[in-house]
Amino acid sequence: MTPPEAATAGPAAESPMLELLAGFISELRAAGLPVSLTENLDAMEAITHIPIEDRDAFKYALAATLVKNNAHWRAFETVFEVYFSLRGSQYALDGDELHLPDQDDDDQANPNPEGAGPGAGGGGGEAMSPEQMAQMLFQALQRGDDALMRALARQAVTRYAGMEPGRPVGGTYYLYRTLRNLDLDDVLERLVQQARDEAPEPLTSLEERLERDEFETRIDKLKKEIEAEIRRRLVADRGVEAMAKTLRKPLPEDVDFMHASREELVGLRKAIYPLTRKLAVRLARKRRHGRKGPLDFRNTVRHSLSYGGVPADPKFRYPRPAKPEIFVIADISGSVAAFARFTLQLVYAISGQFSRVRSFVFIDGIDEVTRFFEGVEDIGVAIHRVNTEADVVWVDGHSDYGHAFEVFWERYGREVGPKTTVLILGDARNNYHASQAWVLGEMRKKARHVYWLNPEPKAYWDTGDSIVGEYAIHTDGAYECRNLRQLEKFVEVLE
Amino acid sequence: MESRFDSPASVRSRLKDVDYLSDDAIAGVVFLADRLGKPILVEGPAGTGKTQLAKSVAEILGARLIRLQCYEGLDESKALYEWNYKKQLLRIQAERNNESTWEDIETDIFSDEFLLTRPLLEAIRADEPVVLLIDEVDRVEVETEALLLEVLSDYQVSIPELGTIGSKQIPMVFLTSNNTRELSEALKRRCLFLHIDYPDMEREKEIILTKLPEITDSLADQVARIVRSIRQLELKKAPSVSETLDWARTLLLLGVDSVDEKDAIETLNILLKYQSDIARATKELSGDTSGTRKPGVPRTS
Repeated sequence: MTPPEAATAGPAAESPMLELLAGFISELRAAGLPVSLTENLDAMEAITHIPIEDRDAFKYALAATLVKNNAHWRAFETVFEVYFSLRGSQYALDGDELHLPDQDDDDQANPNPEGAGPGAGGGGGEAMSPEQMAQMLFQALQRGDDALMRALARQAVTRYAGMEPGRPVGGTYYLYRTLRNLDLDDVLERLVQQARDEAPEPLTSLEERLERDEFETRIDKLKKEIEAEIRRRLVADRGVEAMAKTLRKPLPEDVDFMHASREELVGLRKAIYPLTRKLAVRLARKRRHGRKGPLDFRNTVRHSLSYGGVPADPKFRYPRPAKPEIFVIADISGSVAAFARFTLQLVYAISGQFSRVRSFVFIDGIDEVTRFFEGVEDIGVAIHRVNTEADVVWVDGHSDYGHAFEVFWERYGREVGPKTTVLILGDARNNYHASQAWVLGEMRKKARHVYWLNPEPKAYWDTGDSIVGEYAIHTDGAYECRNLRQLEKFVEVLE
Repeated sequence: MESRFDSPASVRSRLKDVDYLSDDAIAGVVFLADRLGKPILVEGPAGTGKTQLAKSVAEILGARLIRLQCYEGLDESKALYEWNYKKQLLRIQAERNNESTWEDIETDIFSDEFLLTRPLLEAIRADEPVVLLIDEVDRVEVETEALLLEVLSDYQVSIPELGTIGSKQIPMVFLTSNNTRELSEALKRRCLFLHIDYPDMEREKEIILTKLPEITDSLADQVARIVRSIRQLELKKAPSVSETLDWARTLLLLGVDSVDEKDAIETLNILLKYQSDIARATKELSGDTSGTRKPGVPRTS
């Protein structure tokens, strides 16, 4: 039985709250965030200090105790929106007047989410024609009126998303439908045009750029509102847990290279810079701390003076092990291209840790592409040139590992030496050509190490035309490298 | 122990009084850290005011700031405490002619008088309010991190010869990290986590106005907008808040009322520190590539 004063008691005393929190945390864990028991307890204590109506404070309290890695913030936010989306009265679905004043955050939380049924729209908004609505949206964006934008986002979803209760489609579909109807690209152009027309003097390109940035930010905000609105309705319709499961997205380090969406690729590219910095520091440290160098005679004698000439404290030189030379041989055909791209980017970003990096790309022909990276500060540009300018097609543009390796050995084989570490990137889907695996055997005899990185899940290896097993026996190790986490782990093997 | 702040809002307004403009996340986490008695691990790009946050909190609390700058090779004799070896030797030599027993000397030379306190112990033993700042904690090795754990979770230091020294108060503790390596789980678990990112445009404008009172509103607005625009590019190092302030200051000194392309491009080297970044921003700001925003995306030309 819930005591009647439960609504006014502290939130931790309220068992529904605790239950919700427990569900929330198990969903976070399911999404891949490492939440420990202590952190769980901390979160429970933290929310007792926060006025629960203050949604933002509540969110930051949970974030500060549960999320200890900024890369996990997005995942956290998604789960949070799903679990606590119905808790604020300003988000109740029945309030649909268009001139919503910006309601204060401190009003009582809506205790019964059942009251908020989907499609509870109606009200004056329905009477507007699509043109009027577009006009209002235009004005809202132009003035940057957040309250109006939020109300319009809600309207737009009611009107255009065509949401049907119980229909098992993801939010993306509804989002797409809504955005298609709003045609925001066109709105953006019109906004910029308007700004151009209204300016007393013609806008310089810098000013125009700044205006455009401002409008883009506002449109992004609107899109987020729409997305949130759709999510709220879906949660109301299908329940928290089902939705959380549908919306679950892999953490950036777990995104599969071969199946990453456009948005995920952008996320990956952002994640790779901090990662390279981290790896460079780690490799440098490992090199310095790995072992002790030879005795530093001068230094030892100098220090022996303070012990009356007894060399009690021997000093050693800093070890300076030779840096390895890296050869990257990458398949850049079709589905493995994204993987090759990320690995090349990573290797070049930490190239300071190696004495030299040379790279070769192939499909059925092979070409050295080191020249594209030399003296170029922006690796993205170099990779673009690799993709467009390298001469990698020999016959038909279908992967032929055997031929590529053979040509590599013929042309560059004698440059592989005892300091060379060779990385081969590819799925070894050879289209049933001859494998020429002997090349790898020869290579391994001369090189320091030969590693194979395969972006396919291990379960798919050696199925169909994949012959990675045939090559792997000639290498020092074949690694599954489907995501940044695995790639990062592999780089630590390098020395 | 009474708490230092009433609400996140009061943290925010008090920080504002000392010219530190916080946001909901910062104020909320500082408030919670006080209530829960936990350290705050502050992470984020360089130049976003991580260290300044600790300084400002110390200022509003009227507390002494004790700072431990971390570096590779930091050990307990630099972080916790050290016995004053030379003074101990002197003591023993002075004692040579007297009739005191070995026990006397031993208890004597391992007493407070011969203990050199280092920042962590100093913060624990302080009577007056203190704020402890452990700066750039990611620079120490993973093994050294363990030194911090006892202090961070129990606010005590164990010295074999003296026993455990507990704190008289729970100090506010800030750890900052530039994220050059992953910190250990044990450390993260003991802390509240706060990520400080580049501020949004409105907040950045406010920061400029607060720090440079003589600047005009329209110039501050323009500066903030241009910086936002530059941060959207794919750069090696995006401009930090302190660089934004330097730039605004430069524009003021040059007597610029309103930034045009020429001014912006001529002074870009204050905002950006890599030649390739400057080249890219120059190209973008002068409108060479109208429309295309993300340069990493292959263009169809």
